[in-house]
Amino acid sequence: MPKTALQFHHNGREVALFVDGGVNLLVALREIIGDMTPKFGCGQGGCGACSVLIDGELHLSCLTLAETAAGRAVETLDGLKDGPNLHPLQRAFMEHFAAQCGYCTPGMLMAAKALLDRNPTPSRDEVVEAISGNICRCTGYEPIINAVLAAAAGGRARA
Amino acid sequence: MTVTVKTFATSGEAAAALSSDRSARYLGGGTLVMRALNEGDISVSTVVRATDQALARIEVTNLRVTIGAGVTFARILAERDLGFLHAPARSIGGPAVRNMGTVGGNLFAPSPFGDFTVALLALDATIAMQGGLGTRDLPIEEFLQSRDRQNGALVLAISCQRPASADAFRYRKVARIKPKGGSVITLAAHLPVSSGRISGARIALGSMAATQIRARAAERALEGRSLDSSAISAAAAAIAEGTSPTDSALASAWYRREVAGVHLRRLLSGQE
Repeated sequence: MPKTALQFHHNGREVALFVDGGVNLLVALREIIGDMTPKFGCGQGGCGACSVLIDGELHLSCLTLAETAAGRAVETLDGLKDGPNLHPLQRAFMEHFAAQCGYCTPGMLMAAKALLDRNPTPSRDEVVEAISGNICRCTGYEPIINAVLAAAAGGRARA
Repeated sequence: MTVTVKTFATSGEAAAALSSDRSARYLGGGTLVMRALNEGDISVSTVVRATDQALARIEVTNLRVTIGAGVTFARILAERDLGFLHAPARSIGGPAVRNMGTVGGNLFAPSPFGDFTVALLALDATIAMQGGLGTRDLPIEEFLQSRDRQNGALVLAISCQRPASADAFRYRKVARIKPKGGSVITLAAHLPVSSGRISGARIALGSMAATQIRARAAERALEGRSLDSSAISAAAAAIAEGTSPTDSALASAWYRREVAGVHLRRLLSGQE
């Protein structure tokens, strides 16, 4: 079966690839582009480990047909840091022990980024709602919520 | 498994492709079809898509709203005129699922999903469909009864009346995990009031049968009465009549039947 040619922006860089019919964006990112930051968890839309931003909106890459990303901007955790400097959210996660096994962390960070890009001063309830599609089996969520709130407070202090 | 993806510029072409291929499924937001592909569902060999902007249109008039099948729950939450649908839209998934999942796709979501459709059933929605023989409007109950046979047609839009007041339409999803979890039971009630009496009550339930259903006995208990405690008690006592819930990891059929009346009472009396 012929492959489909596909181009999109991956963390600000244009990528061109060929995908088989029905391949999801997570497989395209991990197995073709080699960006291993989005994780495969459930494949059902239940865990959020594969979360990425598409044109700034939070999406589940495992439920996104790869070719629907054509011409769009896909952001993954790999694009969050600025050279050797971690993103403020990443630093806050580190400082507040918001990662244990780390498997949910890429999705959590992208969900948190989607929130702070839209709402730089979220309430605690808004943070809880923003990460409600992301499952963490280690932390009990509290350190993650605190980290996102701390990153938001840090953003206000810098502004 | 590799599938053939067919993308069309118009909904008409997509509908023609769907009606001519039994193994074709329409891809809306991806939360159902991509999940099926990820799970290796071999019944799907062709995926049909349409980029038709008409599928993403929202039209609001004084009395009715028409929502394109491709409208996402996030867009409904962004529309002030659709405030009466915000509670059902917000009850679905997390933010990513709401950015992807569509109103049209929700009509096909199997139990315990399809919460938005519960609201549409209470609001007596009409489903505009395009099949091989042209377009037609189908009452939502008729659509749900024949849902398994509707894969060959394309849902274009859903239209429903706007409740006369905020009080006239109520919605509640009961889940064990907050703020996001699968439905134990989902309830929606449209209770128009004429001269102080309920006239044309519609109560819809999710997760209480294979598809979303109306609670007709509870509706009868409210019809022609004012929404007082005795009417609410009568409706709560009748709510499980005609339901056929199943056991699942979220709740047993017995539990769902037992608590349905409790949650209807809370919904109708305005308790949290």
